[in-house]
Amino acid sequence: MSGILVLCDHAGGAFKPTANELLTLAGTLGGPVFAAVLGDAPAATLGGLGASKVFQAAGSFGDYAGAATVDALEAILAASGASVLLAPGTYVAHDALPRLAARLGAGMATDCSSVAMVDGKLVGTRDWFAGRAQGQVTVNTTPAIASVAPNSGPKSESTGAEAEVVSVSWEAKTPGLEVLETLAPSTDGVDLNTADVVIAGGRSLKSKENFDGVIRGLASTLRAGVGASRAATDAGIADHSEQVGQTGVTVAPSLYIAAGISGAIQHLAGMRTSKVIVAINTDSGAPIFEHATYGIVGDLFEVCPAIAEAVQALD
Amino acid sequence: MNIGVCVKIAPDTNARVKIAGDGSGFDMADQVHGIPDYDEYAVEEAMKTKGAHKGSVTVFTVTTQKADKYIRKGVLALDGDKAVVIGEDASDTLDVARLLAAAIQKEGCEVVFTGKVSTDGGSHQLSPMLAEVLGWTLVSKVVELSIDGDTFTATRAMDAGIKQVVKGKLPAVITCEDGLNKVRLPNMRGIMKAKRKPMEMVSAADLGVSIDGGRTAEGSFAPPPKRPAGRIIEGEAADAARELVRLLRDEAKVL
Repeated sequence: MSGILVLCDHAGGAFKPTANELLTLAGTLGGPVFAAVLGDAPAATLGGLGASKVFQAAGSFGDYAGAATVDALEAILAASGASVLLAPGTYVAHDALPRLAARLGAGMATDCSSVAMVDGKLVGTRDWFAGRAQGQVTVNTTPAIASVAPNSGPKSESTGAEAEVVSVSWEAKTPGLEVLETLAPSTDGVDLNTADVVIAGGRSLKSKENFDGVIRGLASTLRAGVGASRAATDAGIADHSEQVGQTGVTVAPSLYIAAGISGAIQHLAGMRTSKVIVAINTDSGAPIFEHATYGIVGDLFEVCPAIAEAVQALD
Repeated sequence: MNIGVCVKIAPDTNARVKIAGDGSGFDMADQVHGIPDYDEYAVEEAMKTKGAHKGSVTVFTVTTQKADKYIRKGVLALDGDKAVVIGEDASDTLDVARLLAAAIQKEGCEVVFTGKVSTDGGSHQLSPMLAEVLGWTLVSKVVELSIDGDTFTATRAMDAGIKQVVKGKLPAVITCEDGLNKVRLPNMRGIMKAKRKPMEMVSAADLGVSIDGGRTAEGSFAPPPKRPAGRIIEGEAADAARELVRLLRDEAKVL
């Protein structure tokens, strides 16, 4: 067995950015690169991103059916003969993927910031204690499974090449769930997990109205994802799903703006690998400034609208 | 209803992270330990389920540490009925899942609650592996739950703030997310009663599980890389904001 199989997520007829990131990464690891596509998507186009062959499973995966994902991926992995499976570090990595690993008796490295092949084995670098330590997981099994955190690596330009698409049949055997309803997030729809820019607010916003006005206002100008500190979500100012930190979401955007967030360990754990961090806080002694690329000591109620204005003046 | 809950005894989230000299592991035995946040949601949901459907709650843990005080105060004192402590040093997650599954099957549980993720290793692997070994339904990151006979309806928190309402059949492994319930502290009466509740100590051999391990090897632990020192932008809000936006575009090239 050899080759690297990449689970390529898609929505609304287009592949997600993680598909490009993972195929680009797989291309650096040596050996043929295969793509796994669950459901209806323009599979052949993945050839332009380096997939030599695409294995596509038919079925309804539109609403993320965890059980079907396990069964279909199992069939695709077998059909491809790949020795490594890479998948995005999103819900699937916390639900279907470890279940598949258990079925196959395979080792798995979850939500790696990078992966490499060392002496023929998959080695993933990942966080322990929510980012307060890093370490490496060497996966000793074949197949080896790893999920890679979104935004962890570069993307490629498509060469326009088309890949051969192999249709894979699969059998439902995992007890499944019936999806009754999908509830859209309260935000304007920019995915916090994969957003390139994130703006997060803390408890000093004081009310949901202020949070919506100041933080979501600037987010819509920057086309940013919206995050919040635990203090803010516990106070009901922002939604639980928006909590960035050890007990919430971990993000790694190009730009993270922390407004009125002091920078407790628990929050830093969720955003410390952001490329550029901007801190806005009235307290010049706030720990967040030690981690910030740029800091403004000032009142977020003045600074955030001023940033929105300055951004709008750019074009 | 025969209800199970799995908890981990882990270093407190405020504990100091100490890496062993050669980076091969963590040296945290002397740090404050406890039941992590998400496992507390699982414990509370088990108790709520018992309250609504009658029955009993059994708590399961795999540890070689003295778990007694954490399990009695953190679970049994909150109306848990029984504890099963599996005294094995299993570092491989699939081994842990197999141990828990064997103990859960022996107790005849119909539903098992877990925290969505541990706060130390944070691999998100145990609960899906447990569901697979048991052959049960899995529903991850649940923020709302109702059980009716052998059917449950759950709201799960997915990526990008998207939530889904799903329906499934018991038996099931249900992983608990922030927002599912409000964690309670035990009262004195509960703590006193907990002292006399049964706590069974079992081994892998008792459960008929052989620990094979070795699917992964962990090491090269180090503190996270330090960020280069940043800079404070001075001036009035409007001027500082303009300068910030200029730097983000021209210097950092992120706008």
